[in-house]
Amino acid sequence: MKNKILIMLAMVLLLSVVATGCGGNEETINVYNWGDYIDPEVLDLFEEEYGVRVVYDTYATNEDLYVKMKQGGSSYDVVIPSDYMIERMIREDLLMEINMDNISMFEKIDDRFLNLDYDPDNSYSVPYMWGTVGIIYNTTMVDRPLTSWGDLWDEEFEGEIIMLNSQRDTLAVALKKLGYSMNTRDIGELEEARDELISQKPIVYAYLGDEVKDVIVGGEAAIAVVWSGDAMAMMDENPDLEYVIPSEGTNLWFDAMVIPANAQNPEAAEQFIDFMTRPEIAAMNADYIGYSSPVPEAVEMLDEEIQNSPVAYPSEEMLENTEVFKDPQDIISEYDRIWTEITSAQ
Amino acid sequence: MVNRNLKRLYTFLIFAFLYAPIIILIIYSFNDSKFRGDWSGFTLRWYAELFRDREVIRVLYYTFAIAITSSIISTVLGTVAAIGIHGMRGITKKSVLNLNYLPVLNPDIVTAVALMALFRMARLQFGFITLLLAHITFSVPYVVLSILPKLKQMNVHLAEAAMDLGATPMYALRKVVIPEIMPGIITGGLLAFTLSIDDFVISFFTTGHGISNLSIYIYSMARKGINPTINALSTLMFISLVALLLIINNRSEKSKKIIQERR
Repeated sequence: MKNKILIMLAMVLLLSVVATGCGGNEETINVYNWGDYIDPEVLDLFEEEYGVRVVYDTYATNEDLYVKMKQGGSSYDVVIPSDYMIERMIREDLLMEINMDNISMFEKIDDRFLNLDYDPDNSYSVPYMWGTVGIIYNTTMVDRPLTSWGDLWDEEFEGEIIMLNSQRDTLAVALKKLGYSMNTRDIGELEEARDELISQKPIVYAYLGDEVKDVIVGGEAAIAVVWSGDAMAMMDENPDLEYVIPSEGTNLWFDAMVIPANAQNPEAAEQFIDFMTRPEIAAMNADYIGYSSPVPEAVEMLDEEIQNSPVAYPSEEMLENTEVFKDPQDIISEYDRIWTEITSAQ
Repeated sequence: MVNRNLKRLYTFLIFAFLYAPIIILIIYSFNDSKFRGDWSGFTLRWYAELFRDREVIRVLYYTFAIAITSSIISTVLGTVAAIGIHGMRGITKKSVLNLNYLPVLNPDIVTAVALMALFRMARLQFGFITLLLAHITFSVPYVVLSILPKLKQMNVHLAEAAMDLGATPMYALRKVVIPEIMPGIITGGLLAFTLSIDDFVISFFTTGHGISNLSIYIYSMARKGINPTINALSTLMFISLVALLLIINNRSEKSKKIIQERR
């Protein structure tokens, strides 16, 4: 009995020592990224080349990331928020300026994706992935090509339409349909968008999150609002699907790499960002994730089919009316109120 | 006759309700498609990917490291506490018992935020240690509650008799009391183990960089959809659990037989 207890205690001690990572004074960086948003092999390659251990963690939403960064208690060296969240973090001094001279691969990035509204001088962020929001539909169930957000209000498609269960994205659909900016700060316009969405509700199948992919691929509903990256994956699975960027214009979104102000190891963070922007590595990630890379040389390494896909890499004209989300700042509570009114309406 | 069939049907429905989700999950871990509800052929590639994905393996390692350590520590603490509470009398016992109940009834989110605030105040670095402390905290009351009934069932004079026969209190505790309440200790330990593996809310608020358990990892996949490697992982975990259960049952059957033969 005594021996057993001793053995158990020894095990406990051993486990906690191993688990707290007493692996010597090896250099480490802490990377915090979206779940399933990197080719895991890339991390091994980075460790091999730079001798820096990557401590990797994942989050589910921009808001989770924001809370973790605000709450303190742990510090990250590289995080990958989306556009509007980067804007907010810059405003709240949560980020460190990146010395772009250390990012030798910076020039490989397409100019179209630099100096955007969320980071006007491009001094805080290096884009990682981008994409659009559009309509995916099943050509065997919808007998005419869809071209605009307005089509989602067509009663012909009663019970076939899936909207995103996401505040900004869904309000943007209605605002764009009405011809307003998706970054409007006019409460009147937002309320018009709300009424529009409430009037659409009787013909909507459901407001869904990630499950939308299963429902559309399985043919349970015909039409859905989705992100381009997901659209690629769905069309791969079901060839009857078609993705369209509506004529009224849509949201162009970015996830970009930034360094938090309290980073412990900013030099290695810059090395990591540089590494991730290297065309071969960016291509590996784009291939694994299925979203669009902002590095043209990386795109050239992908399958022809993906390179030429208007879904993943739309032409300039198709992107003409697009807007990037801005942080609503002080009217964020108005957004919340309006969204609650939409979701609770019968 | 009808009655019996009805009973069978009822039992069948209950079990179908309990196990259908797990069976579906196991089936889809062999599906060649990344999507559920769409069968496109048999594959083992999710299992292969599972073992190649260093992040999943790391997360699994932390999940079990935390579960094993926290369940052992909380079982020891809980056993000592239960024996202590059992020895108390009157109002003291009542109030301590109620204090033990409170964390069980308290919503997880309250415990989570409270622990987070405490760790921040103590200026602890969030990570393995904070996560471990949090898991021990929420497990101990359950261990105490699963051991107390065993102590109540035990003959009060057993320990006294042992000491009359010359055993020191410590010896009586080890050789008489602990073996008597062993089933309760094991139940408590297993409960603490599963609670730890299960927990999301408290872990989410009390962990730091580099340390995630399985539930946090799966939750973070929400944006891109749950990767089917998670189905494969859950299948393996379920199967090992079933195997463990079979082994335990088998052993207790054997030991029962041995006891009967001795008699």
